[in-house]
Amino acid sequence: MKFRLDSDQWSEIFSALSRNKTRTFLTAFGIFWGVFMLLLLMGGGRGLESTLANNFAGFANNSGFMMAAPTSEAYKGFKKGRMWSIETRDVQLIRSSVPELEIVSPTISNWRGTAAYGTNKSSVTVKGEFPDVDKIDNPKIRKGRGLNDVDVNKSRKVCTIGSRIVEELFTTDENALGKFIIIDGIHYQVVGISGKSEGGVSIGGNATTTVHIPYTTMQQAYNRGNKVDILCLTAREGYRMSDIQKKVEAVVKRIHTIHPDDTQAVLTVNAEAIFSMIDNLFQGVSILVWLIGLGTLFSGAIGVSNIMVVTVKERTTEIGIRRAIGATPTDILTMIMSESIVLTLVAGLSGMTFAVMVLQMVENALQDDTSGATFQISFGIAIGAATLLALLGVLAGLAPTIRAMAIKPVDAIRDE
Amino acid sequence: MMIQLKGLHKTYKGAQPLHVLKGIDLNIEEGEFVAIMGASGSGKSTLLNILGILDDYDEGKYTLGGTLIKDLSETKAAGYRNRMIGFVFQSFNLIPYKDALENVALPLFYQGVSRRKRNTIAMEYLDKVGLRDWAHHLPNEMSGGQKQRVAIARALITHPKIILADEPTGALDSKTTVEVMELLKELNQQGLTIIVVTHEADVAAQTNRTIHIVDGVIV
Repeated sequence: MKFRLDSDQWSEIFSALSRNKTRTFLTAFGIFWGVFMLLLLMGGGRGLESTLANNFAGFANNSGFMMAAPTSEAYKGFKKGRMWSIETRDVQLIRSSVPELEIVSPTISNWRGTAAYGTNKSSVTVKGEFPDVDKIDNPKIRKGRGLNDVDVNKSRKVCTIGSRIVEELFTTDENALGKFIIIDGIHYQVVGISGKSEGGVSIGGNATTTVHIPYTTMQQAYNRGNKVDILCLTAREGYRMSDIQKKVEAVVKRIHTIHPDDTQAVLTVNAEAIFSMIDNLFQGVSILVWLIGLGTLFSGAIGVSNIMVVTVKERTTEIGIRRAIGATPTDILTMIMSESIVLTLVAGLSGMTFAVMVLQMVENALQDDTSGATFQISFGIAIGAATLLALLGVLAGLAPTIRAMAIKPVDAIRDE
Repeated sequence: MMIQLKGLHKTYKGAQPLHVLKGIDLNIEEGEFVAIMGASGSGKSTLLNILGILDDYDEGKYTLGGTLIKDLSETKAAGYRNRMIGFVFQSFNLIPYKDALENVALPLFYQGVSRRKRNTIAMEYLDKVGLRDWAHHLPNEMSGGQKQRVAIARALITHPKIILADEPTGALDSKTTVEVMELLKELNQQGLTIIVVTHEADVAAQTNRTIHIVDGVIV
C-alpha cells in the first residue's frame, strides 16, 4: 500500500491522538516547551547582539586609536619617564610609511570646556577634528551639516554641537542653527546638531555633550601648537587593524626616538580587537543557546517516543485486528509514524508561534529605548526549526513503529 | 474446490518443539457451511490461523480458491487476507474508538477505497445485518449480539471467498446465539463458504458438515 495522506489518514491520526487527550497534551507540551525555549533563547541572544551592535553603530570597527604616554625605557641618551607627544607632522610620515591605513586623523580635545549662550551655560568637551574623522566615530548629524575641509583650511569659527548642549543652551522653540555661542571665550557659529541616540561608544567623551570644531581653529584658539592628543586610524579594506598597529607604533617610535621594545610609551586602543572579543562572546552565547534549546527539544522528543511506545503496547489488539483485516506492515508504519510526526509538528509549531509572539512583544516594548534592536527570529530559522521538528518526529516515531511492526495478528488476537 | 489442504504439518519451535498439526487433509467445496470441533489443545485454533493466513505451516499444501498459500511475504499475506477472507471473532474485535460504520468500512480503507464510497457500501452492509440505525454508535454502546453483527458486516464488506468464524457465539447468550447463527445460515444460503470453529455441539449441528480434530489429525 502506498503512503496516503488524504482526509482519511488525517481523521485516523486525529482520532488516535484525541483518545487520551490529557496524555497527548502532556506529551505535546514537552516538544512545545523545547521549541519555545530554543527560539526564545535564540531571539534573546539575537536581541542582545543587535542592541550591542546598535551601540557600536556609526563606529568603524576596523579602527584604532593612539596616544602618547611617558616612556618606560631609557633609549639613546634619553632617560626613562620622558613625556613626549604625537605631532601633526607625524601624520604625513605615518601615511606614507604605512600604506595599509585608510584614514590617519589627528584630534585635539579640551575636556573641561564651557559653552554659553546668553545666560545659559553648559559643560562640554571641545574636540578639534578633521572632517575625515567622522568615518571612524560619526555622531549622526540631525540638523544642519557636519564640518568640512573648507572649515579646516580657513580655520573657520564654526561648530557642531550635541543634542544635550542644545537642550541646555536653547529653549525648545529656539532654532540653534546659525546662532553664535561662546565656547571658552570665543564666538562660534552653530552649523550642525548631532542627534541624541547615537551609540554609547565614542572616543573622548559623550557625543551629546561634545562640541566639534575644525582642527586648525582649535590649534589656534587653544594654542596647542603641533601637539596631537589622539590619533585616529582605520585600516583599508582587507587589512586587520591588529596587524597594522604594530607597524604604526614602530614608525612613531622611530620618529620620537623611543626604545623599540618600550611597551608603555605608545598607548593604543584597538577597536577591532574589542569587537572580535565581543563577537567571540556572542558565538559562545549562541553555542550555549543551541545546547540548552536542543537539549530541551531532544528530551521532549524522547518523551514523545516513550509515550508512543506505551500507546502501541496498549493498542496491540487494535493493531492486530487491523493486520488481520488487511493492513500491511507499511500501513502500520505509516499510521504510527504519522501520529508521531503530526504530534511533534503541531506541538512544535505552536511553540514556535508562541515564541514569535513573545519575541514580538519584547521587541515592541523595547522599541523606544534601543533603536531598532531585533529580537525576532528570522524566517530562515523558522523554516529550519520546522524541518528539525519533522525530523525529530520521525526519530521519535522510530521506536514505537518498530514495536508496532513486530505485532503479529495471531498474537494480538490470541491475547483475548 | 474452495479450500484444499494436503498433508499439512505445523510445529511450534522452541525449547520443546510442539507438533500441533500432524498431516491434515481437508477439502471444502464452495458454498459449504462447515464446523470444526475439537478439545482445547487439539490444534483447531492453529488450523484456523493457517486457513486465515495469519500463520504459516511447515509442510504440505494449502490452496484457497485456486491460489497456493505458502511462504507469503507479510504484505502479500495482508492483501490476501483483505480480499479473500472475512474474520469473525469470539470477542468481536471491533476497534473501540470507531463507530459501527467506520468499523465496517475499515477493510475498504486498506484497499484504498475513498471515504464516501466506503461509507455508502458500509451502510448497505449494516442495513443487511439490520443495524442501519446503529451506524454511529460506538461498540461499547451496543449489545454483544449487535457487536457480532457489526463484525459480520465488516467480514462481508470485501466480498471474501470464505468467512472464518472463531467461536462466533462464545460470548453471546442463547437468544443472540440463535440470531447470529440464523444470520450465518442466511449468508450461507446466498452461496458464501463459511467455516465455524466451535466447541458447542448445537452450533455445530446447524452446519452442513462437522470436522472433528483430535491431537492434530482429523478423525
